[in-house]
Amino acid sequence: MERNTMRLENISGLYESSARERISLILDTASFQEILPPSRRISSPHLKTLGMPIAFDDGIVIGEGLLEGGKVFCAAQEPGFMGGSVGEVHGAKLTGLLERAAIEKPAAVILILDTGGVRLHEANAGLIAISEIQRALFKARSMGVVVIAISAGSNGIYGGIGIVARCCDYVLITEQGRLSVSGPEVIESQKGVEEFDARDKALVWRTMGGKHRYLQNEAQAYTKDSIENIRATIAAYFGKPVPLSLEELLRQHKSLGQRLEKFRDCTDALDIWAKMGIQNPDQIPGLDDESFIAIANRVRDHD
Amino acid sequence: MNLLLPLQIELEIMINANSACEQLFPLGFNLMSSGDMVYGEAETHQGIVALLGTINSAPIGVDLAFALAGKVLEIIQNHPQMPIIILVDTQGQNLSRRDELLGNAGYLAHLSMCFELARMRGHKLISIVYKEAVSGGYLALGMIADRSFALESAQIRVMALSAMSRIMQIPLERLEELCASSPIFGPGANNYVVLGALDGVLTNDLASPIEQALSQSEQLDRRAKLGLERGGRTLAFEVINSVINTHV
Repeated sequence: MERNTMRLENISGLYESSARERISLILDTASFQEILPPSRRISSPHLKTLGMPIAFDDGIVIGEGLLEGGKVFCAAQEPGFMGGSVGEVHGAKLTGLLERAAIEKPAAVILILDTGGVRLHEANAGLIAISEIQRALFKARSMGVVVIAISAGSNGIYGGIGIVARCCDYVLITEQGRLSVSGPEVIESQKGVEEFDARDKALVWRTMGGKHRYLQNEAQAYTKDSIENIRATIAAYFGKPVPLSLEELLRQHKSLGQRLEKFRDCTDALDIWAKMGIQNPDQIPGLDDESFIAIANRVRDHD
Repeated sequence: MNLLLPLQIELEIMINANSACEQLFPLGFNLMSSGDMVYGEAETHQGIVALLGTINSAPIGVDLAFALAGKVLEIIQNHPQMPIIILVDTQGQNLSRRDELLGNAGYLAHLSMCFELARMRGHKLISIVYKEAVSGGYLALGMIADRSFALESAQIRVMALSAMSRIMQIPLERLEELCASSPIFGPGANNYVVLGALDGVLTNDLASPIEQALSQSEQLDRRAKLGLERGGRTLAFEVINSVINTHV
């Protein structure tokens, strides 16, 4: 355990900060205690074999701390190391944290995700690791632990971790956040630029970005990228686990079915937003957070 | 002739799922299809089991994930505790703009959660990759099972080596060399056995391992431990346990 006493006074949000900065910002000052810190030098054996640079935390910071005085577990993927990707050790740290949460039952587990998904350099081990994370996440949830995924970083949340994020109780997203399974580059490289032009940033954002994901309830919370707002949103979820019950999954099934029914012929987010009753859908991407939230909360699919 | 061709292809592929089932369930089975989804029931020495899966190396998008999830919920409601055999043949998540626009992550996650609910309510989950399993599709459909198998001829991978080589900027020859010495990169069911994700590759006798798996009720995730015992993943199990046991 290493107590983190770093103070960050000049950073206002999560977007451009590192994994350790993000945790320090989100948790109560100096409350974070890291598990398996870099001093333990646990890194990827597979990157070493390939002669690639390694990191002594394998690109993920995990540990315990306080948020508004409540005990929380927290994990943050380091966006600057291999695109936040999941390898054997990186994944095992997250699986371990969720297993630990199932035993210790903190007020919440906060996952600050920022990743392209499987680390290709450890392809098979990365995919299996993501499946293990998913199982451990279900275990924590079945014990009534609230698990919250945050998408506010530069890599977005992609690949299998996109699926894992949606297996959490709640997804919190910012305008800059993105959430999908296949990324634009992957779709373009496999299916051609006609299917998805990855360089069209406006298209990427309105298809996978924070505003669209909040409108369609792929994300349950949308906040300004401000530490204060993000902390308050997380704290509001304490004590509110979403049960993994037949009743709840039937309810979600109905809601996902209605989304398919209503929007099955839409080819662009603009069509979806118009069908939701937004009068000037083309103005959505340019709206500031407050105006967007006001409109979104009038029309969005939630109950 | 041209009109007949797609039908013939479909028939041939159905025979693949069917012929796998013929060997897996010699006591009899009934398999129906709806689009790329197959479902039905089979008889085993331990009673009737539910069958659910995909054909045609289906890409799993929002519609298919939703249909599969609906079947899982039906099984949970109509056949409490009936074991579910997941028949996997997928080329992965559907790589399309429409599916991502509609939120494929949410649909694939929902499918996973339905399987998890089934497990929590006493359904044994056994997956069999009878043809192909790739990446996100396998994650949501088969990897969630308590016991996982693949046929000897099955393909399992994250990505084709040629595409990996392009993205990682490592020459294909070097990757092929690494594949020979490590189960980490390359496609192949045997790699997934060594890494602990598969209980075994089914060769001659397909039915007995399934009967044996049906008689087990262990629901713990044993994959990291198996990966260590088989030498494929040397660190995962130890790291998971040190995180659990670290004293604060």
